[in-house]
Parts: sequence; structure tokens; C-alpha cells
Amino acid sequence: MWFVNTGSSMNKTSKPAAAPAADSTRTIDLVNRSLPRRYRAEKRFRFYGIGAIVLSLLFLSFLFISIAGKGYPALQNTFIELSIYFDPDVLRQDALATADYGKLVKASLSQMFPEVTDRREKRDLYGLVSSGAAFKLRNMVLKDPDVIGQTLPVWLTANDDVDMLIKGHFDRTASESERRMNDNQIAWIERFEKDNRIEKRFNWTFFTAGDSREPELAGIWGATVGSFLTLIITLVLSFPIGVASAIYLEEFAPKNRWTDLIEVNINNLAAVPSIVFGLLGLAVFLNFFGLPRSAPLVGGLVLTLMTLPTIIIASRASLQSVPPSIREAALGVGASKMQMVAHHVLPLALPGMLTGTIIGMARALGESAPLLMIGMVAFIVDIPRGFTDPATVLPVQIYLWADSPERAFVELTSAATMVLLAFLIVMNAAAVILRRRFERRW
Amino acid sequence: MSPTTLLAALLALSSLAYFLGRRRALAVAGTPGNVKTLHSRPTYYGALTAIWCGIPALILFGIWLAFESNIITSLVVADLPENLRSLPPDRLNLILNDIKNLVSGNIVSGSIDTTMQAAADHYRQLLGISHAALAVVAITLAIAAALIVRFKITPKLRARNHVEKITTVILVFCSTIAIFTTIGIVLSVLYEAIRFFQKIPVWEFLFGLKWSPQMAIRADQIGSSGAFGSVPVFVGTLLISGIAMLVAVPIGLMSAIYLSEYADRRFRSTAKPLMEILAGIPTVVYGFFAALVVAPLIRDAGSFLGLDVSSESALAAGLVMGIMIIPFVSSISDDVINAVPQSLRDGSYSLGATKSETIKQVVIPAALPGIVGGILLAISRAIGETMIVVMAAGLAANLTVNPLSAVTTVTVQIVTLLVGDQEFDSPKTLAAFALGLLLFVITLILNIIALYVVRKYREQYE
Repeated sequence: MWFVNTGSSMNKTSKPAAAPAADSTRTIDLVNRSLPRRYRAEKRFRFYGIGAIVLSLLFLSFLFISIAGKGYPALQNTFIELSIYFDPDVLRQDALATADYGKLVKASLSQMFPEVTDRREKRDLYGLVSSGAAFKLRNMVLKDPDVIGQTLPVWLTANDDVDMLIKGHFDRTASESERRMNDNQIAWIERFEKDNRIEKRFNWTFFTAGDSREPELAGIWGATVGSFLTLIITLVLSFPIGVASAIYLEEFAPKNRWTDLIEVNINNLAAVPSIVFGLLGLAVFLNFFGLPRSAPLVGGLVLTLMTLPTIIIASRASLQSVPPSIREAALGVGASKMQMVAHHVLPLALPGMLTGTIIGMARALGESAPLLMIGMVAFIVDIPRGFTDPATVLPVQIYLWADSPERAFVELTSAATMVLLAFLIVMNAAAVILRRRFERRW
Repeated sequence: MSPTTLLAALLALSSLAYFLGRRRALAVAGTPGNVKTLHSRPTYYGALTAIWCGIPALILFGIWLAFESNIITSLVVADLPENLRSLPPDRLNLILNDIKNLVSGNIVSGSIDTTMQAAADHYRQLLGISHAALAVVAITLAIAAALIVRFKITPKLRARNHVEKITTVILVFCSTIAIFTTIGIVLSVLYEAIRFFQKIPVWEFLFGLKWSPQMAIRADQIGSSGAFGSVPVFVGTLLISGIAMLVAVPIGLMSAIYLSEYADRRFRSTAKPLMEILAGIPTVVYGFFAALVVAPLIRDAGSFLGLDVSSESALAAGLVMGIMIIPFVSSISDDVINAVPQSLRDGSYSLGATKSETIKQVVIPAALPGIVGGILLAISRAIGETMIVVMAAGLAANLTVNPLSAVTTVTVQIVTLLVGDQEFDSPKTLAAFALGLLLFVITLILNIIALYVVRKYREQYE
């Protein structure tokens, strides 16, 4: 048998074949006999490959569908219509801003349900309307003081429990002890429903408000602004620094120990866990330099250090793809090395660098672990107005809401996730388009 | 003048200096035709003026702001009444925080008395003086530098060479930032970790079997005295990472093999970007997904089978982390498999091997070092991953390898120890830095080995 066995599998088949039948010892028969089994193995292997891909794509779609399915109801919020009497006794002209607007809501509710007299029942009744309703009334009055003395129908935000009930997340038929709302409250809501005084509307609050302890008043605008400010700092610092170091390492640096060290360093930093950058930020920026906690400035600095390796690596790859003939031509007509880089190599490499930067920014936008370390995890209601105001960012907002116990926050978290993913998709799509549009094959 | 306006003013001054320098150069050259008598193009004279106008002032600006708050704080402390100044450092820090909150108009935790109000006013006043002084000094510096350069401009000034030299220095400085970052990480983590090891012996930290970092804050408080044995934390980390690798390695490797060896171009060009979406999803989203969808699913499945599954089981966190790492494994394996020369495959086919036999017995062994390197990188990423475990894994440091029970990880402990208010001297806070040091060292070793293996391997076939 001169034929080399390609694998252990063939040994097994040759054992029984070696005994009686004379013609079966021919190699070709051994091979032929093993063929069906080998083809089956081939098919199986292919199937595993396809299976792996399908499985990971299934995970992906499962993730998207479950988040979208949980998140889309948050785009609507429940409102209750009350006829509010703007009582001149409550709204004194001299103290309009500090008047007790909650009293107007309570008066209107008591008027609708005069049978409610018990203290506890009253509290349940008043609890149907969000505590944010008072602010809405205050804004109405401050905008137009003429409404004082009139009775107007006003749509007010309902409490998050009402919202959940209307959206069908609570089972109305369950026994009273098993749900968050008691029988009275459900009866009142049903009366609102009968009068067409309750309806779902587009949830503008979600896109315009800052964080809140009340789910119906919480929004992502504050976190979005925080993310935006943080990313501006990151972009302004990391793009020039990243491009500059890529240019130095690729075009100017001599090949020696020092540049080798820098290179190993950059590759390592790209793989250091992001939380370690948070520890660095905490120890250096907050404790040593005394920069303010929770500020987009510090967040941007930490994210800069984190994204720099990504941008440097992408920029170097992009510089490498510019053919040497361009450099030689520029040098040949008398350009200095710096002129060659600035006038010829850099413009050709820029699209690739921008693509890398956008991808780095997308990573920075989704990053939250290092920001937890520098205090961007605080509960912040106000919309940040500057780089040193306390702020939080979108992914940290998601983390904060995911920890909140109210059912309504699950919806908000999913909706905020959708917003974050939408931003990321836009950024990545921009990177892909940029690459397609400007990529040159030399 | 607020720092932001000052920064804008400096940038505006610098661009003004550019035009100033260029005009001066043209004026020195004489009539328009005589530009050729200049050593460099006029823009270089402008750029030189702008650089000298902007950069020293910006450096001053940066250094000033970096140290401003520390200096002002120490000045304010020095001016506090004696009874406040002699307080222990942690109490003093609380008071300082309140003063700073007063200054920025935030909510103050304690009551505001007159001394604190006075201190806050003092702080505000010093801050105002500092900002005004900075504005004056920086703007004077910028204008003076610009004027000096302007008067030095002659046709013989080698402006281009100057500009290029300065640019090179800037480029070198930018490329060393990576090194400074590493040094910064090592120093900051090491410094706090050493302080921790002064209180807790290293051996107890490395080999202790009990982790419960809660310390009694007051002497009379009943509570745990704190145990800082990191073994349970590391076992938990390894358990979750192990589950993640069990998911990610087979799926990632098989999909890489299929994409690089079997798939046609069209399938490859759609499937590959789709799989890479998995890598682009923020980890906090995975964490939310794990905690909200996967963990309840596993718990229900477990109770259906009669198993007692913790609601924060290691399995849920590990599974989701595995999904996150799939594209990581697959893209590195894909690169490595593509780097195997076609001649090896052709040789195998010519001996009559089927495609899968070729892959299993020729391509994979040839690519193995690179694949192992990629897997090492993936392990280092799994160990350092934070948000998924913070949201889906537990806090209790159980020393167990049962994937259905709750375990905790290094990153979870770092986050829980450092988020929120802390005092910086207690071993509890410092323990986070010790864990951080260990995490950094472990991932560093894994990364260095992996990068070395991958690079070595790539060179082999190039």
C-alpha cells in the first residue's frame, strides 16, 4: 500500500477490508467506500458553519426585536383631561410663581368625584395625576395670566401607574392585592375612559426633559446634551492628536527601540479594559488636578485617552495605503518632507482617518464604564449648559434607568436604548458611506 | 473672563497673528513681484507668527487651569477658622465639598453657616482674581510673542524651517501621549494599591478565600470588619469569562471558517457587516438585555427543569458576554485564516482531501497560533468587560463554579466600591485600585502574549 493515509479515519476502514475479499484491498476501493462518509462529514461541517452564522444573526435580531418591542410604547404617554378652575384665591397676583398649583388639580379631581371623602381614598385619587401637572399649570399661568378666574379643560400627564394600566401592562382582572392600583383607582380610570377624558399622545417629554424620579416626567434630552458635550471634547482632542501621532509614527519616526516601545504601547492600550481608564481619570483628573466631578470635560478627557489608540491604528493603516510613488513624486519636485505629508499624503489618507475617527467616536458614545468612575452616574435633573456642569450621558442614563424599580422605567430604558442605537447606526452608516465614496484602490 | 471665552479669544488672536505675519512678510518683500526674495512662502511667515502667538499662551492656559483649583482650595483652607482647619481630613473634605457646592450654586448637604458662606465668597473671589490674572497674562503673552515675531520678519528669516521644526516637535509630543497614558495608568493604580497593601497584606489579598469589603466606619458600629481575599472574585470572573468563551469560540470560529472558506462573495459581503453590528452595540445595551430578557428566561427554564437558578446567574451574564465577543473572535480568525497561503490548500486538495478535511487538518493547524492569539485577546476583553456583569451578575462573592448561582467579578467590585461618595483612605476604596491593578496586569500579560503571537504568525507567511 503505497497510498499515504491522509488521516486516521482511513485506517479504520482499511482494517476489515484487509481480511477476505482480494479486490477490496485496492486503494481506490477503499477510497470509494469511504467517500459517502466523508461527503457526509463535509456536509455536516458546512452545516455547522452556516449554523454558527445563523445563530449569531438570530441573537442579533432577538436583541433588536426584544428591545424595540419593549421600547416603542414609551413613545406614547397617557394624558387625562381635567377641567381646571384657575382659582384667583390660590393664584395671588404677587406670588404667581410660588403658588400651590397642585391644589388646582386636587380641587378639580374632588369636584369630579365628590363621593371621595376618605383621606386615604383622596390620596389615591390625587395620585392618578402626575406631580408634574402642577408645573404645566404654572407655565400656563405665567405665560398668560388672563386665564386666572376661568375654567379651562387641560390635558395633564397621568401618573406612570395609570400609564402602565392604559398600555395594558397591569392586569385589571387580577385580585386587588396583586396589582399596584386598587379597585377604586381602576373604577375612576374607567370613568375617565367612559368620558373620553383619557388618551395616549406622543411623548414629547421623553425627548425634551432631563432625568426625573417620576417615569412620566423623565426624558433623555439632558443625557443627550451631556453625550454631545462629552463627544465634542473627545473629538476636538483625539482627532488632531491621533492623526498627529499616526503621521509621526508612519512618516517621520526612525525605526528604533523608542518607536517600537510607542507602538507596543498603543497596541496594548487598545486592549486595556475601559474601566482601567476610568480609574486613571479618577486618580489623575479628579484627585490630582481637582477637576470637577461629573463634568463632560473630564468625561471627554477619559474617552480621549480611550479612543486615541483606535484612531491612531486606523490613521496609520490609512497612511500606509497611500502608495510610495506619491511621496517620491512630491520629494522629486523639491517638496520638503513636511510639505510632502501635508500637501500630498494627508489629503489622500484623510477619508480613511475620518472613517476611523467616526468609528472611534461611536465607541466613545456607547461607552459607560469609565464614566461611572468619574461620577457621571449622578442623578442630574438639569440640562447641562457647559463643559463643567454636572452631566450624564446616554449609556449611563440607560444604566441608571435599568436599575430603577418602576415598571415604566423598563419602557423608558428600552426607548433610550433605541435612541442610542439610532445614533450609533447613523454614525456607522456615515463611516461606511465615507469609506465607499472616497476609498481608492491603488 | 471665563476660561471658555479666554480660549476663544486666544484662538482669535492667533488667527489674527497669522494675517499680521503674512502681511508683514509681503511688506518686507516690497512690490508684489518681489515675493521671490523671501526665503519661504508668505503663509509660512503667517504660520510662524500664529504659532508663537498661540502655543505658549495655550500651554500657560492649560497649566494654569490644571493647578488652579488645587491652589485656590489650599488658600481657602488656610483661611478657614482654626476649629475647622484642625478637623480630620475626611471631615474637612466634606466641608470643602459643601463650600464648592455653594460656589457653583448646587444643593448643599449640611446647613449653611456664616463661616462657610464667607469661605465660599472667598473662594469665588479668588477664582475671579485667578481668571482675571490668567486672562491678562495669557493675552499679554500672546500679543507680545506675536509682535516680537512680527518685528523679526526679514526676507532672510527661514520661516518654513522654523515652522516645520515646531510641527515635528508637536508630532513627537502627540505620539508620546500613549506612553504617558500607560505611565499614568500604572502610577495612579499602583500608588493607591500600595497604600492598600500597607493596610492589608498582599498574601491575604491574593490568596484569601473571603471577600466582603464592608468596613465598620465608626468604632462602635456593629458590622463586618472587612475581608479582602480576592480569590472568590477572580473565580467568579473566570467562571463568567469561561462561559462567554464557550459560546464565543465555537460560534466565532465556525462562522469565520464558513465566511472565509465556503461563502461566496455576495453572502460574505452581507453576513460579515451584519455580524460586526454585534461588536458595535454598546455593552450597556447587552447588560440591559441580559438582565431583562436572558436572566428571567434562564430562571424560568431552570425552574421548569426543577433547578434552582439564581436570578443573577453567572450563566446569563456569560451567555450575553459570549454573544458580544463572537464578532471579535470571528474577525481575528477570519484574518488569520485568510493569511494561510493558498498553496497549502491546493496541496491538500491534490492529495484527494475534501474541503472540510483540508480545513480541519491543514488550514486550522497552520492558522492555530493566530487563532490562539485572537482567543487570548478575547479572554482579556471578557475579563475586563464591565457593564454586562455590573447589570446582570451579582454582588455576592460566592466561591463556586456552579454557573446557575450568582457570582461577582473584578469589574463589578471596582464599580460598586468606587461609585458614589467615598472616603479616600479606607481600605474599601483602596481595594478597588488593588483590584484594578490586578486586572490591568492580567490583561496586560494576556495582551502582550497575544499580540506577540499574532504578529509573529503574520510574519511567518508574509
